[in-house]
Amino acid sequence: MRRRLPLALCFIAGIFTAVQYFIPHAAVQDFQEQLLGWLMTLLAFAFLLGTVSLIRLHWHKIRNRADDRGYSFVALAGLTTMIGLGLFHPAHHSPDSPFNVMFQNVQVPIEATMFSLLAFYVASAAFRAFRARTLEATLLLVAACVVMLGRVPLGELIHEQIPIATRWILEVPNLASKRGVMIGVGLGMMATSLKIILGIERAWMGGTD
Amino acid sequence: MSGVSGFEKFLKIDRRWIFLAVGVAVVIPFFFPLGLLVDVTPPVQSLYDAVDVLPPSSQPLLLAIDYAPATLPELEPMALAILRHAFSRDVNVAVMTLHPAGYGLAERAGLQVAEEYDRVYGEDYVYLGFQPGTSAVILSLGVNIRNVFPEDAYGTPLSEFPIMDGIRNYDDIPLLITLAGWSAAEAWVYFAHEPFGQEVGAGVTAVMATDYYPYLNTGQLVGLLGGMRGAAEYEGLVGHPDKGVRGMDSQSIIHMLIIALIVVGNIAYFATRKSKKLAG
Repeated sequence: MRRRLPLALCFIAGIFTAVQYFIPHAAVQDFQEQLLGWLMTLLAFAFLLGTVSLIRLHWHKIRNRADDRGYSFVALAGLTTMIGLGLFHPAHHSPDSPFNVMFQNVQVPIEATMFSLLAFYVASAAFRAFRARTLEATLLLVAACVVMLGRVPLGELIHEQIPIATRWILEVPNLASKRGVMIGVGLGMMATSLKIILGIERAWMGGTD
Repeated sequence: MSGVSGFEKFLKIDRRWIFLAVGVAVVIPFFFPLGLLVDVTPPVQSLYDAVDVLPPSSQPLLLAIDYAPATLPELEPMALAILRHAFSRDVNVAVMTLHPAGYGLAERAGLQVAEEYDRVYGEDYVYLGFQPGTSAVILSLGVNIRNVFPEDAYGTPLSEFPIMDGIRNYDDIPLLITLAGWSAAEAWVYFAHEPFGQEVGAGVTAVMATDYYPYLNTGQLVGLLGGMRGAAEYEGLVGHPDKGVRGMDSQSIIHMLIIALIVVGNIAYFATRKSKKLAG
């Protein structure tokens, strides 16, 4: 029963969700609406699970006196401070609330800075690793340089054909290859979905079979 | 021979010199702007035209601020430019987000531009807030917006806002624009455009833009803004140059620097390889 019930529920929900798309009857659509409501509620619990998991991970590090436990202190302090400000401050909805002030002035600059560091690593990696060793690598290298030039105004100043070549690369070879990959991924998703709905793929239930 | 050993040395250059060069290349244009003009590409023009034909003071444009702080430098200029375009034409706007970290970012973009154009909250624009469950949220919006957002982000029922009068689902939303640093734009195409026929436009980061050309080609996306360049083009069309246009100067120099590093790196690599072959 412990295995059959989840499998049966998965089968019914999977088949219904696929079939309802083709049945415009009010009763069917109402039930689909209910299912979507349940799904949103279930997904909201993912945040709770994530938070509990994060607390457990860092608490474990602190208790075991791990070398990098200082970071865990900072992570837990940040988490509890923001949760406290979000839940208990009376003006938590206001744009001027302490929660929002912390978010705008701490989290936003930190995350934007971390992502911006990519430019430094990309430049360093391009210098060290981007070599025209083979024909394919040379084609990739030339295409990359043309697209980089064509996406900035300096490219057009160098030669008016560069932006046109860039658009051609994006709209012809890029589009064709992306479309091929997407069709492959789509077919793979359909096959995997069918395997899950029909109970052939059971890894989502945990265990080994 | 000394030239070749020089190349070998050059290939082993401390990467901190490269980091320094990148830092200088980014910062200099902020003090000495190049003022480079950005041409408008067809995907950006299409999105601009789609906003430009929306009727004033009527059904709202739905703007989904689906980005997090990490991608804010590229995507926020797009949000501000689109909001300026809409508000300058008296087009109503409903703002929402599918990303939990987008909550404060959507709010600040809306507040900033609404203040610039003296728009009234609830009459000219409304902030719906965040709901978890990307695909379920998008599908539910197609049934009834109030199932997902019974209240605005501040807890006021939607029925109290004149802007939401008679707005039930995608049938009443003439255009939806998502600005996303993750796969939210695909989700809007899959779950809003395909089942409900909702017109969708997108703004994504530069590295993601190549993934969205197939959707443009099929008409599943009405237009596309790619990275800071897309934002700069839209700012040019709106006639309000801002962070996008300013950022293009830095981006131009950085791209040139990376190309120069690739070329010089290859010259040094092949010169070194040739000398090693000759030596042994």
